Amino acid sequence: MTEDRAASTTKTMVQEFQQRIVASPPGVCPVDLQLAFLKVCHAQSCGKCVPCRVGLGQLEFLLEEVMNNRGTMETLDLIESTARNIEASADCAIGFDAARIVLQGLEGFRDDFISHVTNKRCLGAFEQPIPCVDRCPAHVDIPGYIALTGAGHFEDAVRLIRKDNPFPTACALICEHPCEEHCRRNMLDSSINIRGLKRSAVDGADLTSIPVPEKMPSTGKKVAIVGGGPSGLTAAYFLQLMGHQCTVFEEKPKLGGMLRYGIPNYRFPRERLQEDLDYILATGVEVKHGVRIGRDVTLEELEKDYDAVYIAIGAQTDKNFDIEGADSENVISAVNLLRDVGLEKEIDFTGKKVAVIGGGNVAMDCARTAVRANAETVSIVYRRQEKDMTASPVEVRGAVEEGVELYTLQAPLRVEADENGRAAALWAQPQISGLYDRNGRPKSNKANKEPVRIPADIILVAIGQEIESEYFEECGIATKWKRIVTDESGRVSGREGIFSGGDCVSGPATVIKAIAAGKVAAANIDEYLGFHHEISVDVEIPEPLMNDKLPSGRIHLTEREASERRNDFLGIENCMSREETVQEAARCLRCDHYGCGVLRGGRELSW
Amino acid sequence: MVTAKINGKEIQVPKGTTILEAAELAGYKIPRLCYLKEINEIGACRVCMVEIEGKKNLVAACNNMIEEGMSILTNSPKVQAARKMNVELILSEHDYRCATCVRNGNCNLQDLAKDYNIIDIPFKTVIERQAWDPQLPLIRDGGKCIKCMRCVQVCEKIQTMNIWDIAGTGKRTGVGTADMKPLAETDCAYCGQCITHCPTGALRERDDTEKVMDAIKDPDKIVIVQIAPAVRAAWGEHFGLSRDQATVGRMVAAARQIGFDYIFDTDFSADLTIMEEANELLERLSKGETKEMPMFTSCCPGWVRFMKTQYPQDTDCLSTAKSPQQMFGAIAKTYYANILEVEPDQIFCVSIMPCTAKKYECAVPQVNDSGAKADVDIALTTREFVRMLRTAQVNAATLEEEDFDEPLGLGTGAGVIFGATGGVMEAALRSAVYFATGKNPRADEFTIVRGQEGIREASVEINGITVRAAVASGLGNARKLMERIHNKEAHYDFVEIMACPGGCAGGGGQPIHDGQELAGARGRRLYAIDQACELRFSHENPAIVRVYDKFLEKPLSPKAHTLLHTRQADWEL
Repeated sequence: MTEDRAASTTKTMVQEFQQRIVASPPGVCPVDLQLAFLKVCHAQSCGKCVPCRVGLGQLEFLLEEVMNNRGTMETLDLIESTARNIEASADCAIGFDAARIVLQGLEGFRDDFISHVTNKRCLGAFEQPIPCVDRCPAHVDIPGYIALTGAGHFEDAVRLIRKDNPFPTACALICEHPCEEHCRRNMLDSSINIRGLKRSAVDGADLTSIPVPEKMPSTGKKVAIVGGGPSGLTAAYFLQLMGHQCTVFEEKPKLGGMLRYGIPNYRFPRERLQEDLDYILATGVEVKHGVRIGRDVTLEELEKDYDAVYIAIGAQTDKNFDIEGADSENVISAVNLLRDVGLEKEIDFTGKKVAVIGGGNVAMDCARTAVRANAETVSIVYRRQEKDMTASPVEVRGAVEEGVELYTLQAPLRVEADENGRAAALWAQPQISGLYDRNGRPKSNKANKEPVRIPADIILVAIGQEIESEYFEECGIATKWKRIVTDESGRVSGREGIFSGGDCVSGPATVIKAIAAGKVAAANIDEYLGFHHEISVDVEIPEPLMNDKLPSGRIHLTEREASERRNDFLGIENCMSREETVQEAARCLRCDHYGCGVLRGGRELSW
Repeated sequence: MVTAKINGKEIQVPKGTTILEAAELAGYKIPRLCYLKEINEIGACRVCMVEIEGKKNLVAACNNMIEEGMSILTNSPKVQAARKMNVELILSEHDYRCATCVRNGNCNLQDLAKDYNIIDIPFKTVIERQAWDPQLPLIRDGGKCIKCMRCVQVCEKIQTMNIWDIAGTGKRTGVGTADMKPLAETDCAYCGQCITHCPTGALRERDDTEKVMDAIKDPDKIVIVQIAPAVRAAWGEHFGLSRDQATVGRMVAAARQIGFDYIFDTDFSADLTIMEEANELLERLSKGETKEMPMFTSCCPGWVRFMKTQYPQDTDCLSTAKSPQQMFGAIAKTYYANILEVEPDQIFCVSIMPCTAKKYECAVPQVNDSGAKADVDIALTTREFVRMLRTAQVNAATLEEEDFDEPLGLGTGAGVIFGATGGVMEAALRSAVYFATGKNPRADEFTIVRGQEGIREASVEINGITVRAAVASGLGNARKLMERIHNKEAHYDFVEIMACPGGCAGGGGQPIHDGQELAGARGRRLYAIDQACELRFSHENPAIVRVYDKFLEKPLSPKAHTLLHTRQADWEL
């Protein structure tokens, strides 16, 4: 009996250990963490072989020397040669993989090692000690708005979010919530449903009752924003509040960028997008639709007429899809399909067999759009395994629930066209999962199997987006892999007064990253224009609850039943109930107050 | 209002009151160590733990608010055990050789160990040893640091200098200088506010008392001491002297017991500073030099260092008048050496200052003009002075009052108020009016510049000219004021800045009373002394009149320029 108990307790401990590692706070010294890790590795050693039994212990001593600031560069050399020996001569993975990890660290965070040798200190910075806020690219005050939402102060929660991010509704519905990754709650049970609580805030708030923050006195400066997507509009919103007059140049008939022309309505209903847009526009942002820079207006003209320019054109076109038969009729790019959806064109795939190529969120969007367009069958063809898909697991599961079939480990080979040149099938080469690539994903290699034929009348290609930066390149703006090159502050190198950010600089990324880039650009453009305006909000954050922190289930958002939702384009996700919201908000550990967050007051009151 | 129970006693307190403050209102003092009201409410030491009935875990009283219906136990067995063990844990990384600690007898940690009856600790003791340059005015002993983070917070929040920062992570988390620079390479103003807010002996001034005693023992040295205005408001605190007992006369008598040859008053040279600075102000005003930037006072070396590191381009806006400490040294080793008919080097000049930055100032090569090795040889803090009095076994309470020595012991009320924020400004204005009009204003004409608010402004008339003045104390306020000036949100002709909140009365060299800010009370004592003085105008000080007559000729004369003025931009940092 006792043995069973010890075994099950150990098993629980190992699981909790994993969770604990997941919740590693920002700023932890990687060398110290590696030392702790090494001790775990050593505890796992059976002790049979010398390199592992003795060598790992010696590595621990050496790392202790470094951590205690007694190490020299020679110590680092000895760590390296010892680890190399263990890697080369250990009998099993307990030894050689532990050594590999040490070597990886010695290379990956070498500066931290060296700092302990030369500065006798850790490099670790203590700037943003709250895990969720640290992980949020826009550094939204998450504990603050969770507390407000829990207390039912929804309007204040929305105002607090808008201090850093003018897209509260968009992020409530479709943010990828990197904030949840390192949530300290993972140590106890699982991360707070942060996005879900934001949804409760925006759904609970009377958004029309929230006045636009008072604008700072007009500076007389004018800023041109190229692109009306999340990044451009974020910059415009903050610059407008700072007293600069912004004009957004948007080629398409409506604002929103990829929020409108990339994300289907069922994930982000258009009327909800309008909530964010209305508020942003209420600051007095001027918008010129149907204008494409390079076609209708030149960059030079913008430079002449405006004091600063922010280029936020996103990644609006497809990657080249170059296989045999790719030019057949009914081979449609994801960008084109989703753009048509955004333009509110009727899509009808009645009776069609649809194949979607790709494994990202856009592929899922295409597949689920095809389901709603009444396709007979929808299949996703992907060259790797399901777990390697870049799409979020929730999206994959949602698609499968709605009847989408996954053809994994199938590399598209060619499109078979019928006599009229219309797509008839997609041929794919079965793959075998192989060695890991540099990004830690297994490569897919050609399997020793015959190609398979997947019948398809419509082939949707979702293999990634590209940036249309050619015009700007012609204007002399540096690009790399079509991405616009900027410095850390978003300045385009060598061009005074031109800034850029969002997908067109980073490559296709998330909405919140685009928003963060817009925020950074606003601060730097303001600085460039000779000001140092501060954005703040006057909101009283409720005191933290003094509840006992007992493990408790995470509240997940529910969706409309698959059988129902697959028939229409209406929003699929349901908001939490008030009861669920209160319970979920009460799970928040308030790292702004408990823990080192409190040291700097728990929050940045202004930026 | 919130109704709650503390140890069974029902209380009503405003919403937003911390448990710690509520308990205090109910008559229960909760022990605390890292807590500093409004500056460091971080719940790090876990000594102020209390029990909330019905809750599993204890709660820190310092930064959690009392809630409606709460029932709090401030002293339950569970609470006592937690406090005791947390103190033991702190001690396990603390060098508790208390007998050799500068804070022996004035240390919260020591008191807690006593209160919690800690006779032995069950833990292994591991003490951080940190290399430190013993020549710096400010000494840090990592082995005594309890990582309460007060120094980090005071430096950041009050002084906005961010010299200290959290260093290391995990078990090695501690305090170090920001950006990994040695302290000497940082912008540290040496204000000493981190010292006066340190709960233990981890931070202290460099102790120079031995050097002074060596000079006193040396028969070839004439050891003279000057005592700064703010010292008289604080020196008696650790002897438990009442305000009536801790008089200036008793302080002089006590100092004489140490063995100094002559006891002089920095008030004298404060008056001298006013003579030079008030005339400089009038000169700058008449030349229109304050149109863009004001003239700033320059008697506070913490502020001078701040200016040199934070706003170097403005350093020449500082009055060139030396501080009273340095004017005293320059006069002592010239004028007074002549009177004594000795070589300047025979005089060993000590100052007792409420300040740690004065140790830096007197060692700046560019401020020494008497021809001796140094104009002021050693600057001691009030705390070092108190320690010397203890060593000399001075029974301060029973001493007969004595007078300062002549002629450098004669000062006016205008000199006394140098020790309070706004005092230099007020003293300068009193004399400036006289210099401009030939007539004294009322001595209390300019009390408008008094007060404890961090930044104060006033417009005063001098001979029909409006002089816009501002006073700031604390470097955070200094920075705010500088930004206002730079952003053209404000314009002044004359600005007084002191690095320490409340001025020298709250100086970084003053006696330490944990959790109390005494600058206001000490400042009031200085104003009371001024009020009681017969002479309240610097220009009426007969010793000052004489020194100009016999030696300096007149304010801003070439000789005065050589001895009493300096260019701070040239100072080594």
